[in-house]
Amino acid sequence: MAYSDKVREHYKKTIAEIREGGLFKEERFIHSPQDAEIKVEFPEGAELTKVINMFSNNYLGLSSHPDVVKAAHDGLDARGYGMSSVRFICGTQDIHRELQNKISKFLGTEDTVLFPSCMDANAGVFEAVLGEEDIIISDRLVHASLIDGIRLCKAQYDSFKHMNMGHLEKKLQLHQDKRIRLVVTDGVFSMDGDLAPLDEMVALCEKYDAMILVDDSHASGFIGKTGRGVHEHFGVVGKIDIITTTLGKALGGASGGCVSGRAELVEMCKQRARPYLFSNTMPPVIVAAASKVIDIVSETTERRDKLEANTKYFREKMTEAGFDIRPGETPIVPVMLYNAKLAQDMATDLYAEGIYVIGFFFPVVPQGQARIRTQLSAAHEREHLDKTIAAFKKVGEKYGILGLKKKEIIEKFGL
Amino acid sequence: MEDDAKVREVVLEYVKEEYVEDEDEAEDLTADTPLITGGIVDSFSMVSLKVFLEKKYQIQIPDADATPEAFDTVNKIIELVKRIKGE
Repeated sequence: MAYSDKVREHYKKTIAEIREGGLFKEERFIHSPQDAEIKVEFPEGAELTKVINMFSNNYLGLSSHPDVVKAAHDGLDARGYGMSSVRFICGTQDIHRELQNKISKFLGTEDTVLFPSCMDANAGVFEAVLGEEDIIISDRLVHASLIDGIRLCKAQYDSFKHMNMGHLEKKLQLHQDKRIRLVVTDGVFSMDGDLAPLDEMVALCEKYDAMILVDDSHASGFIGKTGRGVHEHFGVVGKIDIITTTLGKALGGASGGCVSGRAELVEMCKQRARPYLFSNTMPPVIVAAASKVIDIVSETTERRDKLEANTKYFREKMTEAGFDIRPGETPIVPVMLYNAKLAQDMATDLYAEGIYVIGFFFPVVPQGQARIRTQLSAAHEREHLDKTIAAFKKVGEKYGILGLKKKEIIEKFGL
Repeated sequence: MEDDAKVREVVLEYVKEEYVEDEDEAEDLTADTPLITGGIVDSFSMVSLKVFLEKKYQIQIPDADATPEAFDTVNKIIELVKRIKGE
């Protein structure tokens, strides 16, 4: 037997170490569609609990929207279940082309190619467009999928301090001898909900002859006046060379991602990106539903406006209640607690109050920056938010942290 | 190569400039502060430090030597640079 006791012990020990390190990730079984309220079985085998979901990427509340579900049914009937092929052999239908064109129009780009996920888009794009004479200069806090893509590519690598434009400029100056410079950033950073200053970054890229790539997964569909993304927010539509984004969050939430941008770069992805060449095409049912989602967000800003109003309301009320809320304008609202145990204990108590949130701590966020990250959705009604705020107040009172600032929380609970 | 104290000063200065955001944190940083295991430098951003050392001291640090362990403190980095320089 190849899987010997010794080998089994090795893995058991590793899993135990993950547990001891407080890094063990547990699945929570949800017995309902994704929505503002969900029915959760947690821990495994426990009775179902109905909770308000303050922790999903369902920003626009489209994941279970009746029109989207109907479009999925129609797509299934019209184009079948699977394609049993990668894109370039026999996996591209007319609806794939249609969705790509709609996304290009929505994002204001020249062309788009779909990937099975944004993780795949990020894994494939760098290798497809850069070689060893080139350099990637990334923000230090970019998403793990970008780091993986950068690792897979032969280009040289450098980084700049998080959103520090002076440091980025120095790096651009330092690397003027390279053939191509590509600056890489998230549009919205998912842990703090902060926005990359794309106007300043584009200006620097123009000054130092560099391309820019933005992963707008936590922005597409709702950031900017008409929800196009962070580039719209900063008035630089048409100036981002590569946007990667996901259909797995605000835009329907099923799966799928894309590379959208300059026509030649998109073409290079079709010719060379390995997840495009060697992974299956997006299934017709998801393409059809995602296409409906793009129609909805292109036609009306109603949902992103509601999300914006919800965000404003929640941020205001939570600040009034005396929580240390990281300032910002995105629907990612981190409630800062600094101490890891406090974040975990409060999340557990909130769950008992019917609020679904999770505490984040090192190494998911830097040491001493533990928090409960809440995420707003257009699916939330005012009563959901009021109930959540009331539960936070009750639990906050129990731990005596209302009205305390960073220093005071650290003094009370330690780091 | 320059004496250890000089190298220590140069490398410490670079680490502060390149990786540390906070002035208080910069003041507390010594040649024995754990950089990688202490969360100041992540193993991926370590590459700019490697490139800096290679340029500054005209050496090639083989990938096998550029480990997070070897880069964990400024003193360890100095040992590594000296070893590669053959001193």
